[in-house]
This record gives sequence, structure tokens and C-alpha cells, in this order.
Amino acid sequence: MSCHAAFVYSEDFTTYKFRDDHPFNQLRVKLTYELLVDAQAIEPHHLLSPRQASDEEIQLIHHPKYVDAVKKASKQLLTEEQAYEFGLGTEDTPMFQNMHEASALLVGGSLSAVDAVLSGKVKHALNLGGGLHHGFERKASGFCIYNDGAIAIEYIRKHYGYKVLYVDTDAHHGDGVQWAFYDDPNVCTLSIHETGRYLFPGTGQVSERGLKEGYGYSYNIPLDAFTEDESFLQAYETALEEIASYFQPDVIITQNGADAHVYDPLTHLCGTMKLYEEIPKLAHSIAHRYCEGRWIALGGGGYDIWRVVPRAWAQIWNVMATNHPMEGRLPEQWLAKWSAQSPVSLPVSWQDPEGICKPIPRQAEINEKNNKVLHKALETIPKHIAPHKSL
Amino acid sequence: MLVEQIMSKDVITLPPEATIESALKLLHEHHIRHIPIVDVLDHVVGIVSDRDVRDASPSILNQQPSFNELQNEVRTIMSSPVVTVHPLDFAEETASIFYEQEFACVPVTQEGKLVGIVTEKDMLHTLIQLTGVHVQSSQVELKVPHRPGILPEVTAVLGKRKVNITSVLIYPCEEDPDYKILVFRIQTMNPLPTIRDLRDAGYEIRWPNVAEMNV
Repeated sequence: MSCHAAFVYSEDFTTYKFRDDHPFNQLRVKLTYELLVDAQAIEPHHLLSPRQASDEEIQLIHHPKYVDAVKKASKQLLTEEQAYEFGLGTEDTPMFQNMHEASALLVGGSLSAVDAVLSGKVKHALNLGGGLHHGFERKASGFCIYNDGAIAIEYIRKHYGYKVLYVDTDAHHGDGVQWAFYDDPNVCTLSIHETGRYLFPGTGQVSERGLKEGYGYSYNIPLDAFTEDESFLQAYETALEEIASYFQPDVIITQNGADAHVYDPLTHLCGTMKLYEEIPKLAHSIAHRYCEGRWIALGGGGYDIWRVVPRAWAQIWNVMATNHPMEGRLPEQWLAKWSAQSPVSLPVSWQDPEGICKPIPRQAEINEKNNKVLHKALETIPKHIAPHKSL
Repeated sequence: MLVEQIMSKDVITLPPEATIESALKLLHEHHIRHIPIVDVLDHVVGIVSDRDVRDASPSILNQQPSFNELQNEVRTIMSSPVVTVHPLDFAEETASIFYEQEFACVPVTQEGKLVGIVTEKDMLHTLIQLTGVHVQSSQVELKVPHRPGILPEVTAVLGKRKVNITSVLIYPCEEDPDYKILVFRIQTMNPLPTIRDLRDAGYEIRWPNVAEMNV
């Protein structure tokens, strides 16, 4: 299956930069883009330039006072105390020059992706600059200033009235997007993440199922620390199949954090590149089965920007455009260019070698626990009620 | 934390002369499990739980139920005397009353008059607040020697990084009574620099313990 797809890209995505030593580094988008170019998987006609989101669009989700504070912070006009009220100026989201413009470009990228898909120009679109799922109405958090995913969903609701299925496979809970639509039955959120027992933001328990009319339209699958590919994928595949069949979405938005990999420094899951081949494959299939192909994919977390993120994200594009992840050696040109700058040795092939995870002593126990959580998460889906046996 | 901070002030009550049927109705309508019984001066003279009412109701197995039972006064089934607490008591003390006496609810009185009620659910909600799990945060656990001054030493390390602490719990180290476990929830998605500082300062980190992963 070869699909018409758009890749939203601008070198200016790297202007979203907190500090040199900050773990959130948009150089990863450039590394991914160049990997795809060198692998001849992307051509100029695939590219779509992101636009700048307007204040009105950002305010679909964020409070005007907050947008105003971010604008002031952009120009160093916000005191530390004023900033604190809005979650700015912290270790996680320090203030930086032109932070409003940089953040509005990431949001605009996601809106460009939405317009390209919903106008029918392309079937799918990928904005790796976005996926900032921790942003709240009036608070920055977890490296996220504006919540482009939530804004994109609200924008779809407003302009197209479609039912949106949001699928978040970042290792951290997709809290900002979940809470924004917690009482809305037209937006269904599924987040699969490492349990919040120890990991930021701490929420995303299986019991968070939505509120009022939105009850039964929020799904959370918190996986145990040290979960490996097989158990992760079993939970993801079962949940997404069942939820999509129940919810019957018109459009699917995926948040593709690449931080569930064993190399990721901020989380404690033990995934490999296999995860990032399988995740987009199912999303792609669901989009064609239920949404006439309408699929917008976003980036997200991912803090091993050299060994993990470029390959993981490039595979989303490969699956989007051809339905097949790439195999074999990475392009020599890319390896030669970036090896010199990478502080760790770069992997040489698309797939991870066997055995990069040390054997986990409690693996069977972890899998069993995850399985239980999965079934609990899907309890509210009516088909889980045992059907009557015909006599 | 004080009882007055966790109690519900809007209490549904009945006089002792009310019928069991009216108690049954109130329990259903308001989704509650306890009704304090008060006299004309608002003094608590008894308490009726959903179980008391159920025990006094006709059995569903009874083919020809007589509904007369429900017309009896609640005074005939209420528990009395009632254990009460004061708004200025500690929430923790109320928790021990619940645990030791196997109650799930206590009325709160001031100068003898009913001013509030604390239920098991309120207690659990308080526990959630105390652990800080409702605030966006990452959890870090340390094993530290059980000696005076250790807490300020550790928090000084956190303070240097300007990391906001949302909650602190201290509990005994099971395998070694000379040590305590400190559990911090800190408001950051990237606890790594803080953890590095704590390690450099010589503290043993129990979580995140990624040594096993060693990649």
C-alpha cells in the first residue's frame, strides 16, 4: 500500500530550545529528516512547510492570560515570580528568547498537517515537531508549552465536526490531552505509558475513564517499569483494535513519543526498535479501516536523540508512505555525517540487534500484571460484557 | 491536617422519631451510607448506617412482605452512644478510630452540636493528598541513616536544583532499623540531575534503580 502523505518540516523547529543541556532537543527532528532524505525515502514533493498558529488557534485550548505570559517570557518581560504561576521558568520549561514564536510554529505544524489531511490533499501527515501532550490550559509542564495535539483536536472539532481518536504511545501519560477532553464523548483518548507510580506525571491510572458524557471515552494502560516489546505491543494492539471498533472514529491522531526504548534515559521501559515498526503499522491500518485514511501523526518525547529517535520516527514515515518499515543498514552518508557529532556510537542498521535488553528477572510477573491492566482498561467497552449464548 | 479541613459540612440528618422508610429514602437519594440522628438542639443522639436499615427491612425472600417494619422509628435501630470527634482533632487520630473501632464514619461536634461528618472516603482522599500523587511529579526514593538532621541535608541537595517538592514521606526500612526510606515526589519530568546530585552526596537511591538495565 503506497499512500499519499505529507511530511511537515522546517529547520526552524530547532528554535524550540530550552538550553544546551536540556533533554528535550529538536535536533532529533532534523536528524530524522536527514535520515529519510539519505535513505531516499522522502522527496521534495512530500514536504509541507508548517505555518505559524494564530493566537486565536492557540486559545482554542490555552487561556489568553497564559498565551500573554508566554509572549512576555519570549521577550524577557516576565519576572521569575510571574512565570512560576504559569509553570514557566522551571527546570523543565525554562524561559527562552522567542519561545512563543517557536511554540506557535510547532502548533502551526500540527494544524498544517490537519488541514492537509482533512482537505483531502493527502491521506496522512506527520509533524514530528509536535506531540507536546503535557501542556495545560494555563500551565506549561513536562517540556511542553503549547499543547499542539489538543489544539489540533479542538480545531478539527470546530471546523470539521469529526469524531477524533487520539492514541498516545509516549512512555509518559498523555495527561494534557486527556484532561482537555475528559468530558467529551466525541474525542476518545487512549494512552499507553509506563505506570505513574514513579514516573512523571504520575497520572494515567486505569480508573481514569472520563467524566459525565465523556465517561468511557478515556482509556489508560499503565505498564509496569521494565516492560518489554511483546507485552507492550500486546496491550497496544488489543486496546487499539477494540477501542477503534467501539468508537468508530472519523480521524485518528497519534502521538509518537519514542521514549519507551530501553536506551531512553528518562523512563524505565525496555522496548526496542520493534515497537516503533509495529506502532505505526496498526495506526495506519486503523486509519484506512475506519477513517478513510485520515491519520495525523505527531512526535512527542524521546530523549536518546542519537541512537533511538531518528530511526524510530523515520519508520513512522516509512510505514505512512509505503506500509513497510525499512530494513538493513542505515545510509552511510547519514552515519558519516553525524557520527562525528554524536557522543555515543550510532547504530548502523534500522533494526536493533537481539539482546540489547538484559534479561528481566520478573518478566513473567510483569507481563501478567500488564495483561490484567489491559483487561481492566477495556472493561467499559460493551462487547466485554459476555454475549448471551444462544440455545 | 485537622478534621475541619477534611470534614463535609453539609450533613444530612434525621430526628429519632423519623421512620426507617425515610432513612432508606435519604440513603438512596443522596448516595450516602450514614445518617446522624439529632435531637432538637442538634445534639447527636445516634447514628444509622445503610446496614442498620437493611437489617431492619423486610427480606427479599419473604413472599408476603409486611412493610410495617419500615414504619418503625429510627431510634429503634440506631447505634448509640456515638463516638464523635472535634473539628480541631487531627485527621490522623480519626484514622485510628476508624481502624481500631472498625467504623466507617464519625460525626464532628463542637460544643455538643453537630457541625460535620468524616467518612472513610474523606480519609482516603486525605491520604491521596498527603502522598501527593495527584500533582504532576516524579518519585525518588532514598535509603538514609536514621539520625537527626538527615532530612534538611537531603532537601538542601534538592533545593540547589530549585526542584519543587510536592510531598515527602518517611517510613522505616524493613531490612535495617538503623535506616529510613525517604520518598520524595518532585515536580519535574527530568529527575536525572537531582538524582545525580543525591548520588554524588553519598545517598543510596532506591528508585529509580536502573542499574539493572545498565545500557
